[in-house]
Amino acid sequence: MKMTEIRFSGFGGQGIIRCALISGKALSLYDKKNASMNQSFGPEARGSACSSQLVVSDDRVLYPYITRPQILISMSQEAYENYEPELRDDGILIIDTDLVKLKPLRGKIKMFAIPSTRFAEEMGNRIIANLVMMGFFTAVTKVVTPEAMKKALPGLVPDRFLDLNIRAFDKGYEYGLRILEESKKKRPKAKPKVASKPKAKATPRATVKTKPKAAAKTKPTTKPKPKTKVKPTTKPKLKKK
Amino acid sequence: MKKEDRLEKNPIEEYLRMDRIPHIWCPGCGIGTVVTSFIEALKKNKEDLDKVAVVSGIGCTGRVAGYVKMDSFHTTHGRAVPFATGLKLANPDMKVVVFSGDGDIFGIGGNHFIHAARRNMDILIICVNNFNYAMTGGQVAATTPMTANASTAPYGNYEYSFSLPYLADACGATYVARWTALHMRRVTKSIQEALNHRGLSLIEVITPCVTLYARRNRLGDGLNLLKYYYDQSVIEHGADTRTLDIAYQGKLVCGKFIDKEKPTFLDAMNTHLSNVLGDDYELYGRINNEND
Amino acid sequence: MKKTKADPKGVLTGAHYMDGDHALAEGALAGGCRFFAGYPITPSTETAERFSSRIPHVGGVFIQMEDELASMAALIGASWGGKKPMTVTSGPGFSLMMENLGLAVMMETPLVIANVQRGGPSTGLPTLTGQQDMMQAKYGSHGDYEIIALSPDSPQECFDLTIEALNLAETYRVPVLIMTDECVGHMHEKVIIPPAEEIEIVERKWYTGPKDEYLPYKNDKDLVPFMVKAGDGYRFHTTGLTHDERGYPIITAECQKVNVTHLIEKIRKNADKIIKIEEDQTDDAEILIVSYGITSRVAVRAVQKARRAGIKIGTLRLITAWPFPEKRIRALSKKVKAIVVPEINYGQMVKEVERNSVDRCKIYSVPHLGGWVHDPEDIYKVIKEASK
Ligand SMILES: Cc1ncc(C[n+]2csc(CCOP(=O)(O)OP(=O)(O)O)c2C)c(N)n1
Ligand code: SF4
Ligand SMILES: [Mg+2]
Repeated sequence: MKMTEIRFSGFGGQGIIRCALISGKALSLYDKKNASMNQSFGPEARGSACSSQLVVSDDRVLYPYITRPQILISMSQEAYENYEPELRDDGILIIDTDLVKLKPLRGKIKMFAIPSTRFAEEMGNRIIANLVMMGFFTAVTKVVTPEAMKKALPGLVPDRFLDLNIRAFDKGYEYGLRILEESKKKRPKAKPKVASKPKAKATPRATVKTKPKAAAKTKPTTKPKPKTKVKPTTKPKLKKK
Repeated sequence: MKKEDRLEKNPIEEYLRMDRIPHIWCPGCGIGTVVTSFIEALKKNKEDLDKVAVVSGIGCTGRVAGYVKMDSFHTTHGRAVPFATGLKLANPDMKVVVFSGDGDIFGIGGNHFIHAARRNMDILIICVNNFNYAMTGGQVAATTPMTANASTAPYGNYEYSFSLPYLADACGATYVARWTALHMRRVTKSIQEALNHRGLSLIEVITPCVTLYARRNRLGDGLNLLKYYYDQSVIEHGADTRTLDIAYQGKLVCGKFIDKEKPTFLDAMNTHLSNVLGDDYELYGRINNEND
Repeated sequence: MKKTKADPKGVLTGAHYMDGDHALAEGALAGGCRFFAGYPITPSTETAERFSSRIPHVGGVFIQMEDELASMAALIGASWGGKKPMTVTSGPGFSLMMENLGLAVMMETPLVIANVQRGGPSTGLPTLTGQQDMMQAKYGSHGDYEIIALSPDSPQECFDLTIEALNLAETYRVPVLIMTDECVGHMHEKVIIPPAEEIEIVERKWYTGPKDEYLPYKNDKDLVPFMVKAGDGYRFHTTGLTHDERGYPIITAECQKVNVTHLIEKIRKNADKIIKIEEDQTDDAEILIVSYGITSRVAVRAVQKARRAGIKIGTLRLITAWPFPEKRIRALSKKVKAIVVPEINYGQMVKEVERNSVDRCKIYSVPHLGGWVHDPEDIYKVIKEASK
């Protein structure tokens, strides 16, 4: 039985819950997998942090929450700092280049970065950054098929924005494929850990111009939250007897 | 048997559960008088009794549902109005009458009343106001006048009391009247009108509780008392509802205060959803009441 | 019992990705509920939201009442008006519903209440899960009575069991509870809604005899009296007071005995037909896990680990929590060494397990006070301990 735990994270208004819903629907209805989606409720969900979780399995999902995710998607600094510690040592970390400042990677974590918000802005609407991210996530993780993801969109994005959302998805997806290509080429050169880190940093840097602006914009909403808040909901090990 | 035949044949048996008589009310209690007026109104209106339901809460007045020969529901204390709301909405072509006490409708059930009035729910509420919680032994109520004595206000009441017509008006009721129980013809007429009124109607009937409230406050007994309230009353149709407070032993302003048209809950629901959803909307219930 | 097929208008046939709360609303619509009165409360509100957006297209009424007391009263009124009514709530609202739950029991009124449980007491954990109302479900209203309560473990079961609940309510003329929880309520999973013609609907046990002979509380062979609805000319009376066959109040010990015994027997004597449980590998089990709702899924993880460790372990899942499957637990308690009962409360259903096993085997409660589901590891530890 293969099981994959995924956490989508960022700040409110980025469509983080929607990401998990789209992926969950795609997997459950079109990719013949079982996917249970849970979002964080409670005080935690009220602040700026926002996260949702998806447990994907060939068989029925039993335990409904994630414990040590294999995949973490972070679209804000705060989310990244909160959730990075729970990511498995051999997990996949996916970030928005402009919104997350990386610490050194730990273990065998593979990192993929995309300026999803910037791409979305270039396409005319930053609201679709989550779809750019979803395309990218689909390409680099291969957890879900792009066909299923696109099929899942109607009903989860407004009809009149369906086309735009699909284009955003494609943009992220193609970017993801390119990154994969490049990393394949570079792979013989070094171990993944070393290879992916500078590479991912390098890719966005090449195009970075708006970075300080984007970062500044998001900071007020990402900062104020103490990072300890998330723990009770993510770690069932915290027991009161 | 047709409706008309029934009316002629056996006047009272047609309306009351004779197998439940004698009733539990004290001799001289005014509740029976109000029931008589209610039955008169049904008769005069030639109401199809199959289409009239009576819902009561708990209390002396709450027992009314048990004696009338219609679909009748003796529910829980305070919940007659929401019960009636469900019944009415499930069965919009019925006339649903809530018959209950002041404590039931405006004490424990006050919140339900104000919301039913706000929604202009199409039900008729007949409230027997005997100024106290009679069933449980004459405790102070939200309607007990200042200084009047009650079993839990043994030194006299010092809480302000509700003026029911004022409250009803403020909440959006579209038919509001107040009478004393001895105004039988007027009570009957009001009930007749209210049965045909679309929207929330409140008829407050000031009724003596001989055994408890009146005795404790030395107001007299039996017929005397019915007459006492009657004599205290002055009729002022259309009076400003802000002027209708009842003082202990003061005058009782009676009359029809409010009678206006406003879409009922169901009318508003149907109209609004049809406007917004067009053909996608499944109209609910009967829109026009042909008895109007 | 007359059965028909679901009205296609209310059935959203197809595969959906939805949470338990939404599935409750779809189950209600598919199961023939056309009257919903409710009051918002986390984590159940999504059901009311969905119902309110769907019902105008199906034909029926949604009304947001002023509180849960009113919701329950409206449900009973609507049921006597001929509708199949339903409401949804959580802890504090469930408490407010208790008085009129008793009225529904006493008046023998079909209706459905779903409780999306959260942690309590009081306001407790509005947004986090719990299974702490299981005993309240059974004993919450005053007086003696029996109740039917179902416990779905997934959004799919929220859908399926809502239809089942509506059917049971009609079959036995009783209020039926769906005791789900925040985790299931907010969890999105695949929900398959079958075509309308595959959904079986139980019609109310309508009385059809002569009008003046109708007795609303006259016992029938199956212990379920026939029902009529207001407005059809029966001019019946019903009350929350102790009553006779006519529905007339009779305030005596004798009448009380007949009346209340009937309310209890109606469920007890039909228990075998009502109860649904799911068993796995109980035949040669030495350890038995009894669980329900979301906890039964979490427990399976512990069970899998135990099996890998060579422990002979079986599972029993309560789909019907009330009436409790006494006979089956009694039988199994004779065969197994121990029964382990994890639940998200301080130990509620475990008391029923204890009561029915007497001292035939050891009983282990695995409590969790709510806010989260069990760590499977905690259940596993108890299993290991029990197997020693
Ligand atoms: C929940 C609840 N609380 C209290 C009671 C006790 N109780 C029964 S009748 C009643 C007062 C009834 O007063 P009112 O509605 O004015 O009727 P009246 O007897 O005066 O006609 C009370 C407090 C009850 N039955 N239920
Ligand atoms: S106690 Fe008062 S209200 Fe009740 S029956 Fe007697 S007189 Fe009437
Ligand atoms: Mg009174």
